[in-house]
Amino acid sequence: MDGSATSPELVRSGDQLAIARLISMVEREDPSRLAILKALHAFGGRAHVVGITGPPGSGKSTLTDKIVGALRAQGRLVAVLAVDPSSPFTGGAILGDRIRMQRHATDPGVFIRSLATRGHLGGLSRAVSEATRVLDAAGYDDIIIETVGVGQSEVDIVRIADTVVLVSVPGLGDDIQAIKAGVMEIGDIFCVNKADKDGAERVVREIRAMLETAVLNGAATRFSGLYVARATLGAHAPISPAADQGAFHHIAAQVSGHPNLEIPPVLTTVAETGQGIDDLVKHIKAHETALTATGYLRMRRESNLAWELGHAAAERVLSALERDERKETVGELSRAVLDKKIDFYDALDALEDALTRSH
Amino acid sequence: MERKIRVLVAKPGLDGHDRGAKVIARALRDAGMEVVYTGLRQTPEQIVSASIQEDVDVIAMSILSGAHNHLFPRVMQLLAEKSIDDVLVIGGGVIPDEDIPGLKAAGIAGVFTPGTPTTETIEFIKNNLKRGI
Ligand code: B12
Ligand SMILES: Nc1nc2c(ncn2[C@@H]2O[C@H](COP(=O)(O)OP(=O)(O)OP(=O)(O)O)[C@@H](O)[C@H]2O)c(=O)[nH]1
Ligand SMILES: [Mg+2]
Repeated sequence: MDGSATSPELVRSGDQLAIARLISMVEREDPSRLAILKALHAFGGRAHVVGITGPPGSGKSTLTDKIVGALRAQGRLVAVLAVDPSSPFTGGAILGDRIRMQRHATDPGVFIRSLATRGHLGGLSRAVSEATRVLDAAGYDDIIIETVGVGQSEVDIVRIADTVVLVSVPGLGDDIQAIKAGVMEIGDIFCVNKADKDGAERVVREIRAMLETAVLNGAATRFSGLYVARATLGAHAPISPAADQGAFHHIAAQVSGHPNLEIPPVLTTVAETGQGIDDLVKHIKAHETALTATGYLRMRRESNLAWELGHAAAERVLSALERDERKETVGELSRAVLDKKIDFYDALDALEDALTRSH
Repeated sequence: MERKIRVLVAKPGLDGHDRGAKVIARALRDAGMEVVYTGLRQTPEQIVSASIQEDVDVIAMSILSGAHNHLFPRVMQLLAEKSIDDVLVIGGGVIPDEDIPGLKAAGIAGVFTPGTPTTETIEFIKNNLKRGI
């Protein structure tokens, strides 16, 4: 009965109820969603997918609200996926990101959906990548994904977004915790929000210093490939995927000390008043332009798909292991290892054989 | 994957009494539901539009200002205009007993006034959902 309100045609026509119901099917992993997703496949790949991530309470939702406003003023259709954590104890969730964006609720050019993590780690919910594809096929020009407040290593967003905005704020303590803890590599644009508070300038300086060091060291961070490519080849030079992989370190070595070496933009905003938002949106769009002009967009999407395919395949293998006859095989092999009849690695080879034969 | 009950908790109208709405939101979360909280001062149009995008099973509104006789039926009317008939709509807050029959006739399935234990609301939702879980 749920599915009856949705179809590829309705989703393509921008029917919000149809889009919403399809996303619900995605969330509960309803097998009947697959036929619809397959039919929508041909229409995807147009939207610019922007991730907004940063510590809890840093202003991600308020920023998203303002970014939506700025993009709507340009006439673009905008969708938002806002992720909040589920309680590990009850499975329930309070999804509060929408509070800050409700002024857009009745704008037919905006679609906002709150998603609970439902136990998924990594700052997103499992449904996010499929939901993004649904919104893409539905014709939204920009899709903004707000992650849960990141802690140390929740960086799934880099696997989905074309452009990641990493939000920071003054007053997180002496060191910029979230940024230092290995999350820094994921930002394409750095945004120091709450610039109305003391210490914003210092945070900007610290981020800049870290980025300069990282780029000069040729650290293979997500952003540096793009910036290195632009520094050596010019802003609009197309580059091949090979330049990103093997040749990357070579290029990086060439440009150490290069006069045009760029670091990602580090911007300041006051999301509450809208100060700095136009500049932020300009940089988000400039990043998209640079990605397209250099060929990096395709490369990034290819490597994201490769990652997603690999994970989906691993999940299939795991669920194949759950089937009864496989469980039996796993049991037998485990006992054989335990009884020293074979060693662990022989057992693993035998299991791999059994799995590949069954597919 | 197990089906989750999704609920939109909203405060229609201009009153700023949000304690009750927050108490309800937390109670429903603790009962394992996913609660989209939209905050204060929502128009019926915003509530209905958000409930569509969020694909909720339940719309739960809280009013303490006395504007319920106008705002609750307006939400029902907007849902009917969109041909949405599978969402359970409930309300609560400071609502005089004599107003309750009229609200029910307008389609508000349950009305919960001060002193109602939240467990009663949770049971009511679970037993009256209009869609299969
Ligand atoms: C606390 C309070 C305030 C606080 C609000 C703080 C806040 N952020 O919420 C403050 C001091 C700000 C305030 C201000 C005003 N208040 Co006042 N306030 C109250 C008071 C004393 C308690 C309300 C409360 O928080 N109760 C605790 C919560 C947990 O209970 P609850 O909201 O009733 O919710 C329970 C149930 O009703 C139910 N429920 C509620 N909503 C929902 C929704 C769903 C879906 C469900 C299932 C259940 C449910 O479940 C909850 C838990 O059991 C009431 C009197 C009263 N006894 O109700 C007056 C009262 C609501 N206030 C009133 C008035 C008039 C005002 C003011 C206009 C006063 C003035 N002249 O300035 C202002 C208006 C402010 C504004 N912006 O709207 C009147 C309203 C009169 C009316 N309806 O005709 C009341 C009834 C007092 C009175 N007897 O006159 N108020
Ligand atoms: N002073 C100041 N406060 C801000 C600014 N931007 C947002 N806030 C406030 O910061 C608080 C958190 O804002 P949100 O937008 O909800 O932050 P968030 O990062 O989405 O929070 P979570 O989703 O809970 O991680 C709110 O009270 C905002 O009003 C700002 O630029 N300056
Ligand atoms: Mg938020």
